[in-house]
Amino acid sequence: MSEFPFLSVITLSPIVTAVIILMLPKEREENSRMLALAAMIIGLILSAYVYFAYNSDLPAAGTRWADTLRFLEERTWIPGVGISYTVGVDGLSATLVFLTAIVGVGGVLISWGIEDRPREFMAFFMLLVAGVHGVFVSVDAFLLFFFYELAVLPMYVMIVIWGWKERREYAAMKLTLYLLIGSFISFIAFLVLYFQLPDPTFDLRVWAEYDFARNLQILWFLPLFLGFAVLAGTFPFHNWSPDGHVAAPTAVSMIHAGVLMKLGAYASMRVGIQILPEGTVYWMPFIILLTLINVVYGSFIAMRQRDMKYLIGYSSVSHMGLVAMGFAAMNMNGFIGAGVQMVSHGIMTALFFAVVGMVYDRAHTRDMDRLSGMMKVLPWGGVAFIIGGLVSMGMPGLSGFIAEFPIFLGVWEANGLSLSEAALALNPANYYRWIAILAAPPIVITAAYILRAVNTVFFGEYDAEKWHDMRPILPIDKLTLAGFAVILIIIGVYPQIIVPMVESGVAPVVERLHEVQQASTILDTVQIGAANLLSWLGGA
Amino acid sequence: MSPDFNLSWVAALIPELSLAILLVVIQVYARVANPENRGKLGLLTAWGAFVILLITLGLWFIGDEPNSGATLAGSLLWGGMIRHDLVTLVFRVMFLVALLLTALISMDVKHLQKVEYYALLITAAIGFSLMAAAADLIMLYLALEMASISSYILAGFAKGDERSAEAGVKYFVYGAFATGVMLYGMSLIYGLTGQTNLYEIGRVLQGLPTIAEAQLNSPLIVDQLRSIYGVLLLAAVMIIVGFGFKISAVPFHFWTPDVYEGSPTPFTAYVSTASKAAGFAIFIRVFTAGVLGDPTAASAWWAMLVAMCIITMTLGNFVAIFQNNIKRMLAYSSIAQAGYAMIGLVTLTPDGSGAAMFYLLMYIFTNVAAFGVIILISNISKSDQMEDLYGLSRRSPNLALVMLLALLSLGGIPPTAGFVGKFFIFKAAIDAGYWWLALIGILNAFVALYYYLNVVKYMYLYRSEEEEVAIPVSRGAWVGLGFSTFFILLLGVYAGPAFEWTREAATAFYALIG
Repeated sequence: MSEFPFLSVITLSPIVTAVIILMLPKEREENSRMLALAAMIIGLILSAYVYFAYNSDLPAAGTRWADTLRFLEERTWIPGVGISYTVGVDGLSATLVFLTAIVGVGGVLISWGIEDRPREFMAFFMLLVAGVHGVFVSVDAFLLFFFYELAVLPMYVMIVIWGWKERREYAAMKLTLYLLIGSFISFIAFLVLYFQLPDPTFDLRVWAEYDFARNLQILWFLPLFLGFAVLAGTFPFHNWSPDGHVAAPTAVSMIHAGVLMKLGAYASMRVGIQILPEGTVYWMPFIILLTLINVVYGSFIAMRQRDMKYLIGYSSVSHMGLVAMGFAAMNMNGFIGAGVQMVSHGIMTALFFAVVGMVYDRAHTRDMDRLSGMMKVLPWGGVAFIIGGLVSMGMPGLSGFIAEFPIFLGVWEANGLSLSEAALALNPANYYRWIAILAAPPIVITAAYILRAVNTVFFGEYDAEKWHDMRPILPIDKLTLAGFAVILIIIGVYPQIIVPMVESGVAPVVERLHEVQQASTILDTVQIGAANLLSWLGGA
Repeated sequence: MSPDFNLSWVAALIPELSLAILLVVIQVYARVANPENRGKLGLLTAWGAFVILLITLGLWFIGDEPNSGATLAGSLLWGGMIRHDLVTLVFRVMFLVALLLTALISMDVKHLQKVEYYALLITAAIGFSLMAAAADLIMLYLALEMASISSYILAGFAKGDERSAEAGVKYFVYGAFATGVMLYGMSLIYGLTGQTNLYEIGRVLQGLPTIAEAQLNSPLIVDQLRSIYGVLLLAAVMIIVGFGFKISAVPFHFWTPDVYEGSPTPFTAYVSTASKAAGFAIFIRVFTAGVLGDPTAASAWWAMLVAMCIITMTLGNFVAIFQNNIKRMLAYSSIAQAGYAMIGLVTLTPDGSGAAMFYLLMYIFTNVAAFGVIILISNISKSDQMEDLYGLSRRSPNLALVMLLALLSLGGIPPTAGFVGKFFIFKAAIDAGYWWLALIGILNAFVALYYYLNVVKYMYLYRSEEEEVAIPVSRGAWVGLGFSTFFILLLGVYAGPAFEWTREAATAFYALIG
């Protein structure tokens, strides 16, 4: 389609920039910011082009996944073991690449004021962005793992150096070990499956069409899926995430909650669900319970928080639970909702963390009991926080609604147990409806904690005596906040800009799942028993 | 046995012979040069090693393609003493690279600027190189001793430093004992088979019926066979002791921390990379030839190796966590790293051995880079405590970056060579059906990551009062570190050719044995 290597430039230019930044002499350290911003803007322009070019020419429904990939580049890398440098995007990954580029620009702008070793900060930030881009564009599993690991390491260094003093060492180590152990467990599963292929290769296009033996799929789906789901913050592996959010510097929190957690969801879909549809159909009825815990438990814990960053951190756990729940619904609506939620939550959290960072830089506290009346000094921050909050509650007209409504719809109409049409109606074994009902109250809880945060932090009495370091926010900060808010509103009022894109991206996966569901209308006895038991527990 | 003497016999030994010439050259240079110019010895050695490296690779490229496709007899030269094949070449390249880098990073250490030091480095390299080429027990032992004796002296080279003297003596006592035990094992094997050539021994042992077969066909010799297999097992255990000592596998690792800590640091880098690789080389030679009995997963020595491999990784990593001397930490880490490479060996497949060779190759660059940085720091601080690394990123951002990359490579994080190295090892293990071994290896890699990342934290987060004190870095050290760093990254992002090379070597090697 195109001769120009768009995706390689998007992915590799931050790495090149990182090298250049590291080679800057100490006296010209200041230039690192401009260089980083330039690299991010180039990435933003190119990924916007990729996004809109793809959007203007969507693949027809029913196209094989391999044929939906655009901007493909293939080069041999380690041919002897079937590893190649293959990058390409489908509708979903093009969207996520665009998201990453947006958050990347925001991250550089927000960290403009970093004084301690800006050169190293920007270089590691560039590597982080490159890793994230790399995962989204990889069509080769080895490449995907390569970039995945590449993205985790800068997180460690950045949290340790520029993070919140009290928790950073603990949080950084915890985060790194959680994520790497998860990914390597996926990797073992992946290698075991690799040797099942008649002609072993890491090309995901081959994987996506190969039918693995049913028992293998069932055995290895869990490690493969959950290993990545750690990064998506799936219960009970979510523990690293609030700690990590809180300890990280603002820009890293933005990338982390905004994009990195999507990396986990994306990879577990791309490598887990797409490759092992039978394993998915077998396990998802159980995994959906985990996601339900995510959603409900995350929101309740968020309710209890006094620290603004922990509040956002746990609300992220809750919202990312919705993404996984969308996948677990195993139908078109669920997947579309999950895809849009990734973007919506990504921008929303980036916005939240940007505002919290601004408040913290001025007040030197994030304790909601101590903060009040911030609207007087930070009107932009306050308005942005309120917009983010409305998105978070799923208010119609904003992107959160576009994302969450299909998820609930998907779960409601889900046929997770592969029942026949006749058996589906009002069958108590189909506990998915109960889950949809149980997952709804957290929306109310979200409203409660968000409104409370808005109320205590931004409204109320402003005591000028108490805050010594209050200064107006910079124009670039305003630009960042406005940019994020505008995107959230655009998606909300004009969902056509994103929904068909995501739909074209997830369609091949859903079709694959659908075939498996059609093929196995006879349930395993064990599964029926377990499902009945669970539905009874869920309903009681 | 191989045919009559011809020039190809000499050609096969060109790298070793050139090293011997280099040995003479630096001796002469030391005699004729001004005493002030003694500092150039390291440079001369490095250049020499570099030229020999080019010659070695050049000879290979211009068609002296050793083995692939040739016969076993054709690759045995000098009356069956050495085997000239691609495996030899791969290991030679490793030793030459290690010599080159060690010479470069030695140049900054004042008390090592003596001709004896560089001469011993070279003799050790000759020893290592012959170890990798040996096809005969006698040759193997001679080469091993040549390398070992040089190493003992080098460990104690820092005269006047008690720790160095202790390291020298400790290394010598342990080493003499371990090689003695190994020699005893070899003599048992000679007694059993009447042969010293590895492949002849393998042939004789393969001819033996198994006990089950004997019970069926000729019950009379069953008892005799039992005792033969008993002695063989004993010999195998003894040889594994020697091998375990060389690669510092648990439980033969006790010398490692003390020797690594006490020896002059450049030598520590050398012994932890080249000497370890040589240990692996002889072991690949010995067990694939069937000297210890058939190389299969059913043999008793295989189970022993697997147990050793697991304990080595686990113990090395867990003890390393608690070290506060950086050299001791790296010593325990190098014990653990040997465990990962052993995973490649015990798969008993060409892929596994190829992966182990690749691992050893990348480990040379990685470890030399790490030790190189430590040398430069301890030149100023005169100690090797963790505290010396505090604030390194403010003190010297470039050195901190080199150290960061080396640590990432040791921990197996992209884009460094360590990631690909571990990937190939674990892939080979899973391919051979040992996914549990890969899992243990991976879990261990995370324990290791913990203490590597702690060092990163010391360099980037902690402050030190000596941040303003500059660390002088000579040009030689920059070249050494730059070279290592370049290859850490190159092998990390473009591992294809190097891995194909080691794998081809291992494959050709296995094909001729089977």
